[in-house]
Amino acid sequence: MKNVYLQFAIVLLLFAAAPFFISSFHITLLTEILILAIFALSLNVIVGYTGMVSLGHAAFFGTGAYAAGIIAQHVSANMLFTLFGAVIISVLLAGLIGLFCMKVSGFYFLMLTLAFSQMVYSFVYQSTEWTGGSNGLSGIPRPVLFGWEISNMVWLFYVIAALFMLLYAGLRILVGSPFGKILVGIRENETRLKSMGYNTNIYKYLAFVISGALGGVSGSLYTYFNGFIAPSDVYWTMSGTVLIMVLIGGSGTMIGPVLGAAMIVLLETTIASYTDMWMLILGSVFILFVIFFPSGLYGIWQDLSVRFQKRGGPSEVTKLNKKRAS
Amino acid sequence: MEIIIAQLINGVSYGMLLFVITCGLALVFGILGVLNLAHGSLYMIGSYVAYSLTTTFTQSFWTALIVAPLAVAVIALVIERTLLRVTYQLGHLSQVLLTFGLAYVFHDLTKWIWGSNVLSIRVPDLLSGSVTIVGQTFPLYRLVVIGVGIIIAAGLWWIQNKTRWGAIIRAGLSDREMIGALGVNINLVFTTIFVLGGILAGFGGVVASPILGLYPDMEFQTLILALIVLVIGGLGSIAGTFTASVLVGVLETFGRYLFPELSMFLIFGLMAMILVWRPSGLLGKQVVEG
Repeated sequence: MKNVYLQFAIVLLLFAAAPFFISSFHITLLTEILILAIFALSLNVIVGYTGMVSLGHAAFFGTGAYAAGIIAQHVSANMLFTLFGAVIISVLLAGLIGLFCMKVSGFYFLMLTLAFSQMVYSFVYQSTEWTGGSNGLSGIPRPVLFGWEISNMVWLFYVIAALFMLLYAGLRILVGSPFGKILVGIRENETRLKSMGYNTNIYKYLAFVISGALGGVSGSLYTYFNGFIAPSDVYWTMSGTVLIMVLIGGSGTMIGPVLGAAMIVLLETTIASYTDMWMLILGSVFILFVIFFPSGLYGIWQDLSVRFQKRGGPSEVTKLNKKRAS
Repeated sequence: MEIIIAQLINGVSYGMLLFVITCGLALVFGILGVLNLAHGSLYMIGSYVAYSLTTTFTQSFWTALIVAPLAVAVIALVIERTLLRVTYQLGHLSQVLLTFGLAYVFHDLTKWIWGSNVLSIRVPDLLSGSVTIVGQTFPLYRLVVIGVGIIIAAGLWWIQNKTRWGAIIRAGLSDREMIGALGVNINLVFTTIFVLGGILAGFGGVVASPILGLYPDMEFQTLILALIVLVIGGLGSIAGTFTASVLVGVLETFGRYLFPELSMFLIFGLMAMILVWRPSGLLGKQVVEG
């Protein structure tokens, strides 16, 4: 246990020290990574731990982003206010979509989440009065926290890094709790859990709502970060990208989605200066991972470290994936 | 009244297009167990190949109607043989994700080859006119599309219910492993079905392009509608897919005409209602666990 606290403290220190050692460009990059990491972590709750693959998670990201933006424009730019509003609206949306999506399982779940997220997209696209339609929502006031306007990227980075650490710790506790164990049980064998007397639908529903709420949080953070929301943030490409982040990083692990988010953001930033065929590259990288490294970056790292220590035998993640495949 | 009938024809012909596209998706999903998220991309490639053929090489819609689906079939064959075949041991989820990655790749490739302008294919001269039936004027092409859709539906129904191949397909829908055990070359069945799905997607792409046009992102627009049809109609029944296609086509067309801002919601509302009422679709069998 001590080890975990130590790791946590080291990361906290590194975040605190980062603005003093790296350039503002890299701080911006790191902020974006942390926001998308929260997004990927939120999706991981249902994809990685509960085993429900969603292809419509951008609905919550976009809802959170637009809710925060619209509240900041029309009511108050207070960050506690906008964040809270974004979470409430995402929870309501997730609660509504979840009601329908819980009726089905497997690939039908994937289809339904995709369809619902496209519905949110078309809503955002068509209700120009509120969301600005295809032009996006601009002119969003900067967030205000305890009377301070967060106008500096470094301050924003601190706020987002603090939130990231909080949410990461919270999710870690959630995953380790009996609730988290039940989710993993649903992923591994839902019928068995049902026969043990658990109402798996309620657990799945709760996981879906939690996931949606955190997706909304990451969306509202993205609004603070960008000061602008485009309808493409709600589009299926966003849902696809975050699913790719989770799977490339290593689904069903805590650090995996963070690694995946970091890798995708860094890759995109590097590649953007050479070619605009980003989707081609992302798709190819994803296909390679699906075929050759199904357990993601975390799995690769674990396999390597196991091989290093000469203990032999594949990692837990690889074993799990092999078991799942068979 | 006139407008309502005209819209009805538009809606039904749109539904037929959806039917042709969804059929391929449903067949592949039913037999291979793979939800082919690149199905929309195959449809798009069919459209774009037809566009190239009609504008540069032969100028003939009829050549395009034959060549484009074949080109898509070749692509489908390559995908099945090189990518899907090697990933059977990884499980269906990996294969679905693989097709999703392919959709990304195809998206950029088509944008690279054909650009991102909105294009369209001219209706062939033979079908470009309109006909008058009982005082009503109808665009001929739409009527032909409806006819083609009905012929394909009837053909597929006949194949599935009256031929040996159909028996294998039906058997595959209900128990994939069992037909392998009964001595059917399951790999050949998989390849054939996937290629057939590609042909249907490509054919749908050619037939749809004079009506729907060609533009970036067309593949996902179509894929999502096809998925909705699949959910509403239920798996494993051509009649279900047919009914759902017409329903969605008509609802979408009337929705666009009457409440342009709500058209998408009408369809989702219908889907939600049907899911609550009949989780396995209108005429579908038991929902298959992914």
